[in-house]
Amino acid sequence: MGMFGDPAVWLPFVFAALMGLSILIYVVLDGFDLGVGLLFPLATPDEKDRMIASIGPFWDANETWLVLAVGLLLVAFPIAHGTILTALYLPVAIMLTGLILRGVAFEFRVKAPTSHKERWNWAFFAGSAMTSVSQGFMLGMYIMGLQFTWATIAFALLTSVFLTVGYSFIGATWLIGKTEDKLQRKSVEWAKGGIWGIILGIGAISLASPLTSARIWDKWLSWPEVFVLSPLPIISVLLIAGLWYGLRRLPAEGDKGAWLPFSGTIALFVLAFGGLAYSFYPYVVPEKMTIYEAASAPESLFIILIGTCFVLPAILLYTALAYIVFRGKATELRYD
Amino acid sequence: METLLLSRIQFAANISFHILFPTITIALGWVLLFFKVRFQTTGDQKWMDAYGFWVKIFALSFALGVVSGITMSFQFGTNWPGFMEIVGNIAGPLLAYEIMTAFFLEAVFLGIMLFGFSRVPGWLHTGATFLVAFGTTMSAFWIIVLNSWMHTPQGFEMRDGVAHATDWMEIIFNPSMPYRFFHMLIASFLTVSFLIAGISAFRWLIGGRTSGVRAAMKTSVYAAALLIPVQILVGDLHGLNTLEHQPAKVAAMEGNWETDTNVPLLLFAIPDEEARENRMEVGIPNLASIILTHKADGEVPGLNDFVTEDGEVLHPRVAPVFWSFRVMIGTGVLMLLMSWSVSIMMLRKRTVDGVRKRAGVEGIPKFALYGLVAMSFSGWLATLAGWYTTEIGRQPWLVQGVMTTEMAVADVPAAMVLSTLIGYLAIYAVLLVAYISVIFFLAKRASDGKSIEARVPQSQKAEAIVAAE
Repeated sequence: MGMFGDPAVWLPFVFAALMGLSILIYVVLDGFDLGVGLLFPLATPDEKDRMIASIGPFWDANETWLVLAVGLLLVAFPIAHGTILTALYLPVAIMLTGLILRGVAFEFRVKAPTSHKERWNWAFFAGSAMTSVSQGFMLGMYIMGLQFTWATIAFALLTSVFLTVGYSFIGATWLIGKTEDKLQRKSVEWAKGGIWGIILGIGAISLASPLTSARIWDKWLSWPEVFVLSPLPIISVLLIAGLWYGLRRLPAEGDKGAWLPFSGTIALFVLAFGGLAYSFYPYVVPEKMTIYEAASAPESLFIILIGTCFVLPAILLYTALAYIVFRGKATELRYD
Repeated sequence: METLLLSRIQFAANISFHILFPTITIALGWVLLFFKVRFQTTGDQKWMDAYGFWVKIFALSFALGVVSGITMSFQFGTNWPGFMEIVGNIAGPLLAYEIMTAFFLEAVFLGIMLFGFSRVPGWLHTGATFLVAFGTTMSAFWIIVLNSWMHTPQGFEMRDGVAHATDWMEIIFNPSMPYRFFHMLIASFLTVSFLIAGISAFRWLIGGRTSGVRAAMKTSVYAAALLIPVQILVGDLHGLNTLEHQPAKVAAMEGNWETDTNVPLLLFAIPDEEARENRMEVGIPNLASIILTHKADGEVPGLNDFVTEDGEVLHPRVAPVFWSFRVMIGTGVLMLLMSWSVSIMMLRKRTVDGVRKRAGVEGIPKFALYGLVAMSFSGWLATLAGWYTTEIGRQPWLVQGVMTTEMAVADVPAAMVLSTLIGYLAIYAVLLVAYISVIFFLAKRASDGKSIEARVPQSQKAEAIVAAE
């Protein structure tokens, strides 16, 4: 281990990076299938079946990234895990309830008697909404340093609205790629309606985090950081403009560019997440506990890291396989 | 009630609900692989019919297992932060390996297993079925490793009140792990056997007498008949292992207050924690000594050995351990009687149209079919009772001899724990009712010859297919 320097320094960093990567992959992947659930009430019964078919083979694995993210927090930063999750006790419980409702509704809506299907459709929407809203709330509270005051709660309520709109937006762009005809045209309209939420959401968080923390202010707005980091907001603005412009031209002849809005949105999510990660590093509990203070013993982290080096590429490979097998427009989900 | 007790009830509720579904998916994955391989090798459609029906139950059970499992991973942090703070260096890597080697494997290949039959080559679909079964079993392995380590910890040292790993082989292959792992695996196979037998009996009774139902019934009843004696043997070995490492638990299981020789096996008793004695004992002389030490005058530990001089009780509450142990054993005995007698009914030879052949499923009388239906979920009962015996039996310890449960609990207001507990219980009750009724609904629909999926429920297409058949 000596040749890499002090493991008590680089191991926590590697694990923070892995955890960040898991959260990012989760937000993108489960984001789009949560978004599909959020758009459910706007669709006709036939469209609902098609929407479910577009995410059916993926949602399970998508959700696993959340388990990995919280698992890495648990195993690599055990003290922070307890501090964060006990502070967020109620929103976590609401999120879990939402995840349960949503996950089982997938199965029950097609397996229960037809007369119950509407109820499970509703449960699917409610579950997706509870999950998105509580995740947005937790994001807001985290940005506010897990301090509960009226102002921070108001901010967290705001981020919960924005994240929910953000998820519906990425869900709509996923549907643009995955569907055709009437549902595709509808998805374009949904995406057009949601883009406002993205602009306001990213804007609000970008303003609030430096304003609530002098440390974050300095990290972004002192020289030369302000210059080095300037591409980040500039690319984000260009991406939003591109999405704005592109959505007006969809659906296009021969289904051209149907995946561009989804790809653009992923890029936007990556940039926004990168910005947040930069703001909070090296803290795992904002302003209170750094990743170095919260990390597990190096020998325990090392044994996980060895496994990760082998397993993570395999996970990424066979996840890609699943997306290749079920590529193309969503068709009816059949077991045979 | 205080936070500790409420948190314990909440964790017990969550994990009890969760374990129901892995108990089904661990073995059902392998049973599905068996059906699929039989179809590939014989080309007989009946195996694919059986696969087609049971893969839907698998999908349903898997979804319930995943979502309730996610709840578990968060509960460590929200309710039991002390657990990871003290033994996180050991529990952490084990949980990480569970997620990375098993959870992802099953979750990703599930999509191909469920919906890929006509999209991918046959070998890849069979391969996906294998990987899902393998992943589920690996998942069980890592969880059991961690759980066993909490019962029989070794391979670590305490530094400043925090456990640090010293030998990972000792941690993984801790003394109770092999017993616990095989006991749980076989429990899962028995649960699935009785579920398949019960639902097949139900389909048979309402007129769905297809060759697919026949194949599923035979596979499940014979598997149960073969496995239950193995389970009794493994259970006995597990009990002896517990006697060596956790004598207080065995004392509670036997309801034995004083260390003694020639201890009877109690069939019935009401343990009285206040008076520290049993009321209304009914027992078989010497049998507990014989089972635990294989000698009539063998010594069996008593609960009174686990009370310190200043009155601190270091053994679990007796009644729940004593009774859940009896529920598990009773269900096991019932499983033995049922699977053997139904097997004999099917193996009998009789003459039909001048040809002498085995009676098969036709040889099972109606009352026995009803019996099988009634025992559809008997595996759940035995599994839960078994887990209660071993987990409540570990109290007051969370990690035996290392940390108590009280040391781990979060400082969350009791009202908050209570409100979320009520929420979880309500959802679990609804989901359990929905799960069981949907299984019977699917069985009924399959017996009516209708498409099992109701995606295009009233369409003429479905009607036309039914008419064509």
